Amino acid sequence: MSAATNTSSRWTPYALSLPALALFALMVLLPLALTALLSFQQYDAEKGVQPGFTLASYALVLGDSYYYEIFFRTGWIAALVTLICVLVGAPEAYILSRMGKPWRSIFLLVILAPLLVSVVVRAFGWSLLLGPNGVVNHVFGAFGIGVVKMLYTPTAVVVALVHVMLPFMVIPVWTSLQKLDPMVESAALSLNASQWTVMRRIVLPQITPGLLSGGLIVFGLSASALVIPGLLGGRRLKMVATVIYDEYLQELNWPLGAAIALALLVINLVVMLTYNAVLEGGYAKRMGRS
Amino acid sequence: MRRTGPIAMAFHACVTVFMLAPLVIVCLVAFTPENTLSIPWGTYSLRWFRAVFEHSDLMHSFWNSLGVATVAATLSVAMAVPAGIAIARYEFPGRQALNGLLLSPLIVPHLVLGVAMLRLFALVGARGSTTWLALAHVVIVTPYALRLVVAALAGLDRSAEQAALSLGASHLTAFRRITLPLMLPGITGGWMLAFINSFDEVTMSIFITSPQTVTLPVRMYMIATESIDPMMAAVSALMVAVTAAAMIVLDRLYGLDKVLVGQH
Repeated sequence: MSAATNTSSRWTPYALSLPALALFALMVLLPLALTALLSFQQYDAEKGVQPGFTLASYALVLGDSYYYEIFFRTGWIAALVTLICVLVGAPEAYILSRMGKPWRSIFLLVILAPLLVSVVVRAFGWSLLLGPNGVVNHVFGAFGIGVVKMLYTPTAVVVALVHVMLPFMVIPVWTSLQKLDPMVESAALSLNASQWTVMRRIVLPQITPGLLSGGLIVFGLSASALVIPGLLGGRRLKMVATVIYDEYLQELNWPLGAAIALALLVINLVVMLTYNAVLEGGYAKRMGRS
Repeated sequence: MRRTGPIAMAFHACVTVFMLAPLVIVCLVAFTPENTLSIPWGTYSLRWFRAVFEHSDLMHSFWNSLGVATVAATLSVAMAVPAGIAIARYEFPGRQALNGLLLSPLIVPHLVLGVAMLRLFALVGARGSTTWLALAHVVIVTPYALRLVVAALAGLDRSAEQAALSLGASHLTAFRRITLPLMLPGITGGWMLAFINSFDEVTMSIFITSPQTVTLPVRMYMIATESIDPMMAAVSALMVAVTAAAMIVLDRLYGLDKVLVGQH
């Protein structure tokens, strides 16, 4: 492997990655290109997808306030989920990182392991908890609060999404906290810095890159989540993903579904790139790098 | 300064309860003797588990999921090992692009991959084919396998390999006898993680499964959108049990915290 002088070794990495490359070309690049083409095709309610080039699907999405409303709702739900994940995930990661030896890894697993349980199971669990006869309403009842309708409202969707996304926020924050030497905190405290100052001046700058990448992952995954809004949002609370599902599997208007799916993909990528450029650029400058 | 204050402990307790509550409730309701979704109080019953095993559609989907996940995990590891070696050990034009492409299923929403593959499947007549479904699953689990393979290679001491080469072993022998055994924990960890992710996958599979190839999570989604009875809780509890078993194996083989923290 170290024989760089070997003439055949120039092609070795390509030969090694050929099977994976071929599969991804066939199953990722080609289908995405086909979907892009599909979004420009004509749809006829009786005859199905017609050949030809038209912007009808995009015009429909851009010209109808129904779709604006859905994109707007998806955006604010994803943003709210991201905000809650930051506010809960960052302190939780910090508390975990300061725990003693056996507890730290045990609780890290407790927080992260739900990641490996199917999202359908977790959505079902939340529907049991938040339903009109669910545990949460029983607790509310014990405090004298009447039955609160949570299932099939944005509340249920946000709560369950936070549950699904929280590990994605804890992991990067935890990773960046691992690089923080606890002695720095002790030094600041011994020099009479208040706990608040230590948080603001030492811990927060350290975890900022983790918060940024975690926020990005959480926002992207929340904006495209299908199962949670599908099971907990009900028929009326539409999000972008459930609309795409309906267009593909119920309305059978594939060009329209393809146009919305591509819009979702493009918005996701644009948010990601802008976010990286603006926030991390600003962060790098503040830290005196590049 | 290792002490954690009472407010922090209370906060931590709330987060822990929040993370465990939906899984615990599902496992409790699964043992109800009633016909409704209720938490059993004193009397427990296995009737809903029996209902699951007598439900032919669910069992068919379960075996299908198991087969798809096994094939997908195996193929993804078989592709991730050579590709991981290329990425971790060679400097070549297009290396970053290749890495980006193979990790793209983590960034491109599964929903978008699902509709895109549905189009491909419709054009080549692949709907209803378990082989194509398994290939689609290979795509979405390859990033996990690749990550662990690359991590295993990065943490590998190369001196044994170099010693073997200097003693006249061929590259193939050195790889087979030295490098591969040293990578084994990463490879088995990658296989398990790929298996779990394939077994759990639902968002992409909803679009590309047909009645013959419906996987277990998709079947559960379809049942849950129509009616919810305690049988759903029993299936969910079984899935939690399968995942927990896989996690224990993964922990013994590789260290679960390493897998989880390294996987985002």
